[in-house]
Amino acid sequence: MKIRQIAIFMENKPGHIMGICRILADAGISITTLSLADTQQYGILRLIVNQWEKAAETLEKAGYVVNITEVLAVEVEDKPGGLLQVLEIIRSGDINVEYMYAFTFRHGEKAVMVFRFNDPDKAIELLAKSRVKVLDGVALFKEMH
Amino acid sequence: MKNRKAPFEDRIFDLDECLPRERLAALQIDRLNRTLDRARHVPFYADRLKRVGAIKSLDDVKRLPLTTKLDLRGGYPLDFMAIRRDEIARIHGSSGTTGKMTFVPYSRRDMESWRNLCARFLSAGGLRPGHLVQICFGYGLFTGGFGLHYGVEHLGAAVIPAGAGNSERQLAILRDIKPDAVVCTPGYALNLAEILQAEGVDPSELNVKFGFFGSEPWTDEMRARIEDELGIFATDNYGLSEVIGPGVSGECPWRDGMHVSEDHFLVECIDPETLEPVAPGEKGELVITTLAKEGMPVIRYRTRDISSLDPEPCPCGRTGVRMSRVTGRSDDMMIIRGVNVYPTQIEEALLRIREAAPHYEVELTRPGALDVATVRVEMLPGMFSASMKEMVELRERIMSAISSVTGIRMEVELVAPQSLQRFLGKAKRVTDLRFKEEPKP
Repeated sequence: MKIRQIAIFMENKPGHIMGICRILADAGISITTLSLADTQQYGILRLIVNQWEKAAETLEKAGYVVNITEVLAVEVEDKPGGLLQVLEIIRSGDINVEYMYAFTFRHGEKAVMVFRFNDPDKAIELLAKSRVKVLDGVALFKEMH
Repeated sequence: MKNRKAPFEDRIFDLDECLPRERLAALQIDRLNRTLDRARHVPFYADRLKRVGAIKSLDDVKRLPLTTKLDLRGGYPLDFMAIRRDEIARIHGSSGTTGKMTFVPYSRRDMESWRNLCARFLSAGGLRPGHLVQICFGYGLFTGGFGLHYGVEHLGAAVIPAGAGNSERQLAILRDIKPDAVVCTPGYALNLAEILQAEGVDPSELNVKFGFFGSEPWTDEMRARIEDELGIFATDNYGLSEVIGPGVSGECPWRDGMHVSEDHFLVECIDPETLEPVAPGEKGELVITTLAKEGMPVIRYRTRDISSLDPEPCPCGRTGVRMSRVTGRSDDMMIIRGVNVYPTQIEEALLRIREAAPHYEVELTRPGALDVATVRVEMLPGMFSASMKEMVELRERIMSAISSVTGIRMEVELVAPQSLQRFLGKAKRVTDLRFKEEPKP
């Protein structure tokens, strides 16, 4: 159920993101979605890609510091209150959202969001109970092609 | 720095400061032999001095073994003590390369010598009985606060032991009690001057006439600024806790180098590579042998401070050789806000964060009056997290580890791997941009 997110440490310097994108493009890796968190000094680029192992290896070889984190891709009703519903389920289990961002594509009628929870297993269990779908990697990348 | 005339008549505190050179040499030889005997109570020296007989000429000193900071550290905590435990009157200490202190025991006589040595340079810099002195040095294991304190009292002046920091309070004392003199680091003096300006206090509202500055490197430009902005006469003094603390040397009103109290300290200036003496006036590493110290005598201690010695007679009448202001170090020690810090201490702090310490460098700047140290740390796998919260915590953990090892708060910047410059051979960890306005020859 969990999918792997690749995070890369970036200094705030011009061309840094471009360099990363070029390495991934040259390796034939496709970026499904991404989020960038930044401070004055540095940024954290978080990526969901189709081949995370290959991506991580390629980036590390190129000298980047990479971190692999398990995140969940959760279906969210694409209407007012859709995200609220998911968050309420999570809150009921006393789970924290560390960060989240959205996929650009829709899964049928639904939007899909990436969540990093402090307790992913408990989140999967609670979401399943409330019939909220958590997508696995295979389903995600089928969606893309 | 001879452009400003001293606003007072010079007064020599102790006639021993003016001993004719031949008599001084005889005294030094006599005291050196007694020091060697005392040092033999220390197993380290007993072993090193096995083949050394009585010293007959000062030229023989070159044949004595050198003592390094590493040697002293190897004797942690009190192996270099040459007196009995019940003869200790005081223990001070200095920071070492790995966060370990070097403890320095003093006998009662050492305490008496110390106050006399400090009174000498205070008197030379204008302090007189009846004056009031604000001491803005830390009191504690650091020798600065206590050394100056005893010196002021011994001279017959009075102390306001304001301690380090708390600029608001320092300013209130300066303005409301109106002391005649201040004692602090030159950086702190500039800091006080800036606060005065910000608060709109005119220096003429104060009564400070003299400043005694030491504990950190400074420049003639800094001295000129301090004197202009505080309206004082500023003198430099030098010392290090391994030999006594402040009181090794200090400027006279002529301010053309600091007179070493040679009746207490035998000084040499050597080439740090060849260990051979450099010519008079040439720069080299200062090596000090204590001549009267009982608690912890040191023989040819390598201070790592770069200075030069001027044996020419001084018009003031003091006969002690004059050492130039310390312009650098022969090792990589940094002096940040008056505190000694070694790059290895930063490494030690980083090892607390990660088993293999990441690559790092330190940059020292002085954007205002005070030193700012910035440590750049390269990210490594195992330190990096996708969570911003954890990254912020990582930076804070590194900052608190550094401050607990060094006692100094430093800025920390996380940088990309391989982004810091690499050097072949010895790594250049420290970039000092504080004194760029005065390039040293």
